Amino acid sequence: MKHRISAVLLGTALALGASGAALAQDKTIKIGVLTDNSGLYSDIGGAGSTLAAQMAVEDSGLAAKGWKIDIVSADHQNKPDIGTNTARQWIDVDKVDIFMDVLNSGVALAVSNLVKEKNVIMINTGAASSDLTNTKCSPNTIHWVYDTYMLANSTGQALVKAGGDTWYFLTADYAFGHALERDTAAVVVKSGGKVLGTVRHPLNSSDFSSFLLQAQASKAKIIGMANAGGDTTNTIKQASEFGIVAGGQKLAGLLLFINDVHSLGLKVAQGLNFTETFYWDLNDGTRAFSKRFSERMKNKAMPSMIQAGVYSGLIHYFKTVEAMGGNPHDGIKVVEKMKSMPTDDPLFGKGTIRADGRKIHPAYLFEVKKPAESKGPWDYYKLIGTTPGEQAFRPLSESECPLVKK
Amino acid sequence: MQALYAQLLVGLINGSFYALLSLGLAVIFGMLNIINFAHGAVYMMGAFCAYFLLNVAGVGYWPALIVAPIAVGIFGMILERTMLQWLSGLDHLYGLLLTFGIALIVQGVFQNYFGSSGLPYAIPDELRGGMNLGFMFLPIYRGWVVVFSLVVCIATWYLIERTRLGANLRAATENPTLVRAFGINVPRMITLTYGLGVGLAALAGVLSAPINQVRPLMGADLIIVVFAVVVIGGMGSIMGSIITGFALGVIEGLTKYFYPEASNTVVFVLMVLVLLVKPTGLTGRAA
Repeated sequence: MKHRISAVLLGTALALGASGAALAQDKTIKIGVLTDNSGLYSDIGGAGSTLAAQMAVEDSGLAAKGWKIDIVSADHQNKPDIGTNTARQWIDVDKVDIFMDVLNSGVALAVSNLVKEKNVIMINTGAASSDLTNTKCSPNTIHWVYDTYMLANSTGQALVKAGGDTWYFLTADYAFGHALERDTAAVVVKSGGKVLGTVRHPLNSSDFSSFLLQAQASKAKIIGMANAGGDTTNTIKQASEFGIVAGGQKLAGLLLFINDVHSLGLKVAQGLNFTETFYWDLNDGTRAFSKRFSERMKNKAMPSMIQAGVYSGLIHYFKTVEAMGGNPHDGIKVVEKMKSMPTDDPLFGKGTIRADGRKIHPAYLFEVKKPAESKGPWDYYKLIGTTPGEQAFRPLSESECPLVKK
Repeated sequence: MQALYAQLLVGLINGSFYALLSLGLAVIFGMLNIINFAHGAVYMMGAFCAYFLLNVAGVGYWPALIVAPIAVGIFGMILERTMLQWLSGLDHLYGLLLTFGIALIVQGVFQNYFGSSGLPYAIPDELRGGMNLGFMFLPIYRGWVVVFSLVVCIATWYLIERTRLGANLRAATENPTLVRAFGINVPRMITLTYGLGVGLAALAGVLSAPINQVRPLMGADLIIVVFAVVVIGGMGSIMGSIITGFALGVIEGLTKYFYPEASNTVVFVLMVLVLLVKPTGLTGRAA
């Protein structure tokens, strides 16, 4: 009898203990920064993205509230197969909850599928393809900073309005370039312009003179560069050498980052128009963050919009999981909660996340300053125009995303 | 038709880089029997050297054309003395692996310090602007690159094939023991040859700095194509690599015009075809 009572007591105690453990919230998070650490995009993402993630973790103050947050980082080498292999290992072995950066549209689209299959989260700040929230949207993916539709909409429309009604495209031959060219061409045609032709070059080319000659021969008023990183900088440099701008044609940088302008120098880059959603010198909030960031970067670089997006995206993510109280491992649940909360941070201002996973904030049209106008290193942009978030991105009424109820 | 002429000319300009680089590779392979995978890295070092000369020491483009190849050439000679010479007599594969490793280390170090987007280097004022040739706008700088590389290529060919020094060198690779018996310091000649090959790559780097961004990976992007050029021309054949360099530049330029998507692979398709028909390359001799 005595034995039976103690067994019952023991059993009850064990049961209580077990349910106690279940009640205690799991407060561990693992962040995976999947990016290009060594290739042509490593300056706009790379180590800077990992630093931005670290700063977000520090600024969130969650560690003091008992959360345990780890960051891992890896190089996907701009190869979708390497990206998905790393991602698979991170999810299965390292228990990564959230993917950040994931620049390169080819890699991003591949990882997005995996993230959905395994029910974790991707906040994509690096890739450009607007397909991520349109035809290929996913309940586990948020597209944070920019996309090809927005770039096309902002830069394309502005240039056609300014009289650039005939276009020739110089396109990087992979998912991103195709998406950017497609979206921009649509805007050009819609605004009353005409596309005269396209030439597609392999990713990471060093010589663009042949392509530029073809663009020159087309006599188009605008040569749209649907490429990025080193491809864009070499195109701009060689275009100036072949007298393309001097000959009356205008170069349109459809996607240009501050690091590209820095590496080109103002002498070559001056006068270029393009769109970004973040610039370090926009307001007090962006300046304060950027100065802290730059001090910790090895080459003292200011943050690119991709790196700023990593910080901003994580800050919102941390607010969400804190509001949920813990257990951040169910990807869809966390993303739904993130969508239900308004976003607000010093870098991108107030915004929202739409049902299709598109983060909404204003887009800025910039012009690169002349060397004489720049007051010092990294003082590169003049703000020409601002498009409110609701007008900058693809409207939900045009969306083909299955998550959007019609 | 006009566009076609323009592409031919642009191809010739790119060809001059291929020629300069593959010439250095051919010299090194012909004399040292080493497949120098570090060639892309020293090409990049040449460009960086020009950048530093300008921005740190205030030395402009023209002196850099001489100083940078010498500086990088000395680096090459130190490399040869401290590492490569221990591989003499071993299989080619060892040299290839060692130089490949060196290239990865050098590129990694540069990338760590200078990032990937590169640094600006302006065209020297004397060579700014361009000429309207009727069928295209030719930047003066590009014209200069073609002429200058042609002169350097022919001078190197003359040095090796037509002078006494070159004759000694060629003899030393055929039969080092015999040549040493004549009182010629063979190891020193080998070191100087490696320095020369590396210096040629660095010279190409300086030439390319005003056209391309000075980037740590600029050599890595180019090296595989240049190897294909050397293989097509015939490993170790000096004239073969010069002619093939220019010819492949032109063929690549035409591909960019007719079917741009294939422009990265056309060189390798050619390489496969040539090797199938003539395994020693176009002008190579059987070993």
